[in-house]
Parts: sequence; C-alpha cells; structure tokens
Amino acid sequence: MMEQLTRSGNEAAALGAKLSRAEVIAAYPITPSTFIVEYLAQYIADGELKAKLINVESEHSAMSACIGASLAGARTFTATSSQGLALMHEMLHWAVGARTPVVMAVGNRALAPPWNLYANHQDSIAQRDTGWIEFYCENNQEVLDTIIQAYKVAEDKRVLLPAMVCLDGFILTHTRERVDVPPQDAVDEYLPPYRPEHFVIDFDRPLTENVIVTPAWYMEYQYQLEVAMRNAREVIREANRDFAKKFNRDWGGLVDSYFMEDAEVAIMAMGTIAGTARVAVREMRKAGHKVGLIKLRAFRPFPIEEIRKLGSQLKVLAVIDRNCVFGSGGASCIEAQSALYSIPNRPKVLGFIAGLGGKDVGVESIKYILNKALKVSETGRVEREVEWVNLVGGE
Amino acid sequence: MMPSKVVPLKEISRVELVSKGHNGCPGCGMCISLRQALKGLGKNTVLAIPAGCVPVVAGGPLPLAGLSVPTILCSFDATGAFIAGIEAALDLKGRKKGVNVVGFAGDGGTADIGIQALSGAFERRHDIIYICYDNEAYMNTGIQRSGTTPYGAWTTTTPVGSLKHFKRESKKDMPRIVAAHNPRYVATASIAFPGDFIGKIKRATELGGPSYIHVHSPCPVGWRFPPDKTIEIARLAVLTGMWRLFEIEDGQYRLTLKVPKRKPVAEYLKLQGRFRHLTPADIEEIQREVDKLWEAQPA
Repeated sequence: MMEQLTRSGNEAAALGAKLSRAEVIAAYPITPSTFIVEYLAQYIADGELKAKLINVESEHSAMSACIGASLAGARTFTATSSQGLALMHEMLHWAVGARTPVVMAVGNRALAPPWNLYANHQDSIAQRDTGWIEFYCENNQEVLDTIIQAYKVAEDKRVLLPAMVCLDGFILTHTRERVDVPPQDAVDEYLPPYRPEHFVIDFDRPLTENVIVTPAWYMEYQYQLEVAMRNAREVIREANRDFAKKFNRDWGGLVDSYFMEDAEVAIMAMGTIAGTARVAVREMRKAGHKVGLIKLRAFRPFPIEEIRKLGSQLKVLAVIDRNCVFGSGGASCIEAQSALYSIPNRPKVLGFIAGLGGKDVGVESIKYILNKALKVSETGRVEREVEWVNLVGGE
Repeated sequence: MMPSKVVPLKEISRVELVSKGHNGCPGCGMCISLRQALKGLGKNTVLAIPAGCVPVVAGGPLPLAGLSVPTILCSFDATGAFIAGIEAALDLKGRKKGVNVVGFAGDGGTADIGIQALSGAFERRHDIIYICYDNEAYMNTGIQRSGTTPYGAWTTTTPVGSLKHFKRESKKDMPRIVAAHNPRYVATASIAFPGDFIGKIKRATELGGPSYIHVHSPCPVGWRFPPDKTIEIARLAVLTGMWRLFEIEDGQYRLTLKVPKRKPVAEYLKLQGRFRHLTPADIEEIQREVDKLWEAQPA
C-alpha cells in the first residue's frame, strides 16, 4: 500500500497534466523526462484522460504541434529535457509571440558535449529570454501542484504566456516520494476549462494570427509581452494563494523563505538544492548562526520585489547556481545582484556554481558556502565573487 | 479508385478568398496557385502558412493580411507539425467535420527545411492537406537554390562563373517521396490547368487526409521572364514533359493529362533567363533526362 502513495517526479508531472485535463499532448522521448509522456499515453489508453497524444518526430515538432493545437482552442502539454529543449528553442519564441499558454515539464539535464544525463539547469536557463514563465521545483509534490498552478497562471488573460515547470533530472524525475494526489473535482473547480478569446477559428469572421508587422508595430507587440510577464508576478502569487486555500499546500508564490525572519546571512537556491539547503540552514541555526534560505520558485518572472524585501535585511546573500553564464557566474546570482543594486542597504552577494552535470551538492557543501558567507559578514571583505564548489582539481 | 474530375472553367467558384491588392509581384505563380487552391478548398479552411512568399502576400504587414479564411502564420520548418496540432485539437473538440486543415508551403519549406515535419505528419496519417507551391528556389530571400531547383538553373547560390556553372544536381522528387508514405492522395498540378488543379483539390477534400498536392508555380522574378508569360511557361513545362500531371490515390498511379506529342524542352528553357547560359549540349542533356523519365514511367 505504501508503494501506491509514492510517485516519481515524472509520474507527478504526468498526474499534474492529467488533473489539469490536458487535451493535446505532443512529445518526443528524451531522458530523463520520457516517462512523463509514457504515463500520459497509458492514462489515455486506459480511458482515464480524454486527450490526443501526438507522437511527433522531434521536439521542434512537439512544440509546433502544441502551438497549433493551442491556437485551435485546446489545452496543451509537453515534456522534454536538455538537447530536446535546445532543439525547441525557435518554437519557444513562437509559443510566446502567439500567446499560447502551453505548459511544459522540463526534466533538467546537462547539455553535451561531453555527454551527461544528469541534473543541470543550463537547458532551461538558456531559454530565459524567450518569454516563458519558469518554475523550479524542490520535490515531487511541488511538481504536481505547480503544473496545475502553471495552467492557472498561463491561461490568465493578464498573462497568456507559456510556462515551464522544471524538475531536476533523476534527483526528482526518477526518485519516488510520497505525493498527495488531489481529487479531480477539486482541481476542476480551481482550474476551469481553457477558453481562448484572443484567437478563435471562425469561418464567418476569419482572423490571421501571427501576422507580419512593421518596425513600429513589432515594438508594441514586444511591449505587451513585457507587460504580461510583469503581470505574471501578481498572478503567480494569486494562483498560489488560491491553491493554498483549496488544497492546504502553500509553496510561497514566487519565492519560499525559510528562517528568514531575523537572518543576517542567507543562501538562495533553486530546485532540489533548496531542499538540501533547508537541512544545512536548520543545523546551522541550531549552532547559533543567524542564517536563512530563500528558495527561488519562479525564475521567470524574476521575483524582484521579494528579493529586494528579503535582501534589505541581510549582510550577505550567497547564491548557489546549478548553471553558469560563462564568464559571469550563475544566472540567478546575476539576477539577484541586478535586483538588489538599487536598494539602499544592499547585502554583499557571493556567487557559487555547484552541482553541474548531477554532481552531488550535500549538506556539507551548503555549510561550506554559508560559512564563507558568515566570514564575509564579519570582515565585510569579498575576496571572490564567483566560486566553483567541489571541483576535483580546485579552482 | 475514383479519379479526380477536371472542373470546367464555368463551374469554378467565383468567390475570391484572396484579397485584391495584395503584396505579390506581378505575374506571381504562387498567388495564382493560392487563389486556385482556395477556390477548390472553400471558406471552411484553416490555413497554415510558413515563411516564404505566401506570408508576405497573405500575412501582412499589419493591417494588410489578405485571406478570407482563418490563417495562422507558422515557422518555416514546421508546417506539417503545426497542422497536425490544429487537426488534433479540432478533432478533440468535435469541430473537424467539414473543415479542411491545410498547410500551404513553398518548395524550400516543403522539400528542404520542412521535410521532417511533413514526413512525420504523413507517417502519423493526420487528416490534413499539404499543398506545396513549387517555384523551384528560395524566391522570398532572393533566388537561392532549393532542393527542387532543376538541373541547369542559375540561382544566386548556383551562379554562372568561369569555373562553375548553374545547379548540377537534379530536382528532388517530392511527390514520390511523399507517395512513399502511402498517403490517401498525392497529386501534381499546374496553374496553367486550373480545372485539373481544382479538381484534385476537391478530390483531396473528399478523401480525407493525409493528402499532398504539388503545384508548379513559375516565378517571373526568379526565373527571369516577363510577368505576362507566367501561364505560358507553366503550360510549356507540362507540354514539354518537364512537369508531369498525375495523381496517386491509395497507391494507384494515374496520369491525369496525356501529352500525345511532347514539345522539345528547348521551347520551355529558352523563355527563361535562368537557363540563358545553357549550351546546345546542355539542353540535349536535359532533353535526354526527360525522355528517359517518360520511357521509365509511361502513361
């Protein structure tokens, strides 16, 4: 019986799409996210989900089919990882420009070469400027819940942007945890059917979608995307609040804070590293250090207001990234620095690159980082802005 | 097999679904293809158009979008996947009956960059109609060679120079490639034979997909001929045997226009600047290839 209560991250993602009543699913297999679509195929085969599964010949076509289906009025879903997400890149822009609220699960995985199948955020971070909303999950329950919330946000008229829900490859995709599956009727109440108003196939009033525009108009269209992404911040907070009320699970909205009430030093992390960081923070609190955790749940839109509010009370913010903007440091570190720059009492920001290609980030690694941050809070001197953690050969 | 019926000229629909005053070049073969195709398809058609000449004519710039059917501009490389998605959604929503889901793409978007998505959609047997308008090069970007550019043609990327001349490779045979997917229907067409073309479009709509129609669409700008010669050149392509009109329904091949006595290919070639550099020996070589093809595949 216990077995039935545990779900892998991939199954949690598939259940999230099923509970959201995804109508057209187009996908191509890629490790480690393949199982998501296998589960969905089985739900359809068993009559548990009324949907069309298009087994496309590439990820590029997967996203293209999702956009076509979304424009034709269907709620759409896909899943991918790594090279597949990279191949989709062109179509990610199309999904945004066409204002199609596609939801996609991304099993985060490193890009080749050298070949590696394990957790790395580079694949989704490389898509940060496409205009997709990006959520990062800490555990399998959050994966399931976030997919349902992602539809709520993406389909909101104030937003109408596609959203990806990221889960660390293998660490979540292939690991079983207890997951509470909410009842379908409750999800139906939370998430009504998708009824597009911006594009309608009407043969008596034919519209042309994705028209060609002159420079004067292109900028206006782009500005509307900017407005939509800004609006998404409040819509994500709302979606989380409503979800918490209904299902009694609060993921914090754009960020989750842990021991932040009186923290002077904090670590900021995305995905499963945030889970490990909770343990490290708890242990260091026991030892008397005023440390806390900021879990970044939404990377796009970046939670500027939350980071400014939490950052203004800190002496040092240590940011850990499972990705690298080569030559500059981790992506979320750069974003945090940018968000904090204009506040009067800004903390010192330290960047750490860790866990690339699935390399383990243990409690000790987080403690090492927090101790570094505590030292900087005492001395006020930053010796190194970006550090690669646990390199075999050292930096 | 029910052969397609040639639609008599007086029975061709008078409803114009392509707006007047569009952005097409004078004498544009693609525009004529689009106009004729829509006369066969009718207004209950969702059209996906990828990058190429057709979105420039029909997709803007805002507010000049010029088609009276629901139209979605899509990416260059994914027409097949786009229409597969549209078809799946309409089917799931119970809105597909009596609706044609159509991709209308150029030769580059079909035979080169779009062939993977096209192949996937045909292998999965979506109920779609895919129309390729073949102007035998990348005309919208300024006459670069494509996979369907014929042997001997000048283009800006197969120029005529002192060391190398024209395209050395023969035309990619898209209809036969699509036919290898065993779709419901494959046909070739010519804008010089509108009754035949529209009859084939109608046959495709009756059968349900996947269906593929490849229409030869001369381009005055790229082929270097005056705009009033478009139909004459399109007709000569058929009468010289350089373009063959046929259909394959559920695997059965049928020549839809018999050409009792083929004209020499030189009559077709000499009207076009893109073949100006050809020597008599080159033309003889092309004639030999055409003869060989007709001997291999008689009517």
